[in-house]
Amino acid sequence: MSAADTLEPESAPVEAIARKDLTEALLYLDGVTVTFDGFRALNALSFTVDPGEMRAIIGPNGAGKTTMMDCITGKTRPDKGDVFFNGGTTDLTKLDETQIATLGIGRKFQKPTVFESHTVLDNLRLALKGQRGALANIFKRETAAEREKIDAIFETIKLSEHRHRMGGDLSHGQKQWLEIGMLLAQDPKLLLVDEPVAGMTDAETAQTAELLREINANGHSVVVVEHDMTFVRDLGVRVMCLHEGAVLAEGTLDQVSANERVIEVYLGR
Amino acid sequence: MSTLTPQPVLLGRSGLVFLGVVLGAAVLVPLLNLATSPDSALHVPTYVVSLLGKYLTYALLALSVDLIWGYVGILSLGHGAFFALGGYAMGMYLMRQIGPRGVYGDPVLPDFMVFLNWKELPWFWHGFDLFPFAALMVLLAPGILALVFGWFAFRSRVTGVYLSIITQAMTFALLLAFFRNDMGFGGNNGLTDFKDILGFNIQADGTRLVLFVLSALALALGYVLCRFLVRSHFGKVLIAIRDAETRVRFTGYRAENYKLVAFVVSAMLAGIAGALYVPQVGIINPGEFSPANSIEIIVWVAVGGRGTLIGAALGAVLVNYAKTYFTSGLLAPYWLFMLGGLFVAVTLFLPKGIVGTFYEWRDRRASATPADGGLPEPKPAE
Ligand SMILES: Nc1ncnc2c1ncn2[C@@H]1O[C@H](COP(=O)(O)OP(=O)(O)OP(=O)(O)O)[C@@H](O)[C@H]1O
Ligand SMILES: [Mg+2]
Repeated sequence: MSAADTLEPESAPVEAIARKDLTEALLYLDGVTVTFDGFRALNALSFTVDPGEMRAIIGPNGAGKTTMMDCITGKTRPDKGDVFFNGGTTDLTKLDETQIATLGIGRKFQKPTVFESHTVLDNLRLALKGQRGALANIFKRETAAEREKIDAIFETIKLSEHRHRMGGDLSHGQKQWLEIGMLLAQDPKLLLVDEPVAGMTDAETAQTAELLREINANGHSVVVVEHDMTFVRDLGVRVMCLHEGAVLAEGTLDQVSANERVIEVYLGR
Repeated sequence: MSTLTPQPVLLGRSGLVFLGVVLGAAVLVPLLNLATSPDSALHVPTYVVSLLGKYLTYALLALSVDLIWGYVGILSLGHGAFFALGGYAMGMYLMRQIGPRGVYGDPVLPDFMVFLNWKELPWFWHGFDLFPFAALMVLLAPGILALVFGWFAFRSRVTGVYLSIITQAMTFALLLAFFRNDMGFGGNNGLTDFKDILGFNIQADGTRLVLFVLSALALALGYVLCRFLVRSHFGKVLIAIRDAETRVRFTGYRAENYKLVAFVVSAMLAGIAGALYVPQVGIINPGEFSPANSIEIIVWVAVGGRGTLIGAALGAVLVNYAKTYFTSGLLAPYWLFMLGGLFVAVTLFLPKGIVGTFYEWRDRRASATPADGGLPEPKPAE
């Protein structure tokens, strides 16, 4: 990133979104700007995600994809702009990570983070939607319904035979799946999935696309960030390309990959 | 590949062995004191009983530190303060029991207050003549300090070395405060010259035996409590916080509340340890707040094995036995060097401590899932 890039005047690359979208959108970002020591990681970023939608986000390294997720989940406060959830009813910039998670936004990190010294089973137990209070959890007992839910998740993420292994002992790809399983256990309305197939074999990648489509079909909205174009194609959803903290292009994968600017900054090299 | 379900037992085999040893000592030591003649090789003299009782209170203190350091990752370098507060609460009760038997013969005021020319009892000394009130304060004084301190520290997300430093500052501030005569806690000299406890002569052999037995029971119960906590869902969240706090927050848990509960419970356990310590050693003074004391506790836990509970207790007893042994001989001036050397050696050669290393060896032999705790190897995240 050269200094000149950061000094560029603030431009809105995408037309300001009409207000009516706010009440219809599950997630609504408008003019979100984040600056790190003068460097603009997000530059008036605006987009919306509809209820039930799955969206893929691509873009070169440093485009601001992870920072965007940080803004949605309360890890980073935007300097400017709005982030609303649930048809504009909830202002996410006013809440912290825990409150946002409780609202129903789950997140898979770019670097897979599972609880390494807990078993795979305990990882899912910890993530399972339910009681979060410290005192109440001293006496918590697992119910039959909870056990069933966990078994169902094990079916989905295919880690059943690893349930008593330590999270830290799993392979990279297995950790990615476990983390997706933990997201499912949280049962969020919106899943933010950052680079889920990094370090996976082609077969695992295809399975992951399948898994995310299934999750989406079950009524969860999903935002996936990924560099793997085969995977993005497998998802078969609307694609958005970020560049220098703003939306460069949006549409089907074919439309986006035909865009000259996208080819220039991302695909072409 | 192991798909055996780990048994959801509260104690596990090593836990049962540990309880067996502690409760066995609670029976055997008094027995060997009472039922053997002083000339017998098996005889345990009363001063040794009190010495062992002191070790047991240290073991409970170490357990309290392990609960937060081993399982939540909070390296408290100020836990001696909670121990000392519990000790002072007990000391205040014991002072009030002296009554008119003090040197100055004042029916209400402890000697040091008469010496300072005070005319009446400060407000915060009221109620300490009643044992139930003092016992409550043994829990509340450390508990409330931990609550207030933890509330601010955890809410502002102070972690790691910064947190350690402010815990150290906390105990140092209390050290300075308790040194002052006008604080009303006996200043430099602290509280001492106790006469009796619940009507029993504090010097009597029988009283000393009972205090020893109570210390053993407190350690056993403290262990069961900690073990129950760390194996509950609550405890699993604590371990998760230790390993990946951010992940815990994004999973919807208020990490700060979990830390706070653990910290307060830990402080109260330390307070109970202090309250049992004071009648057995016969004095409490501001030295108990000294930062070095709190650091010593960390060495005990590290030697025994952090995150194993049993190891913390074992480490406390072993290191303090060594301390008693070496500080009474020719090597006395070098004890602090030995302690430092021990810490360095354990960190380098036995990073999991005695019990942690044992668990690792046992698990490797069984090559099954570690069902009994111990810190699993932290895997470097790519
Ligand atoms: N905490 C931070 N402090 C300073 N700069 C940061 C911080 N977080 C991110 N950045 C910078 O902001 C820019 C956007 O980073 P971000 O991680 O969002 O990119 P990304 O699109 O996720 O990239 P990648 O594809 O490599 O994951 C990068 O230049 C990064 O160096
Ligand atoms: Mg990223």
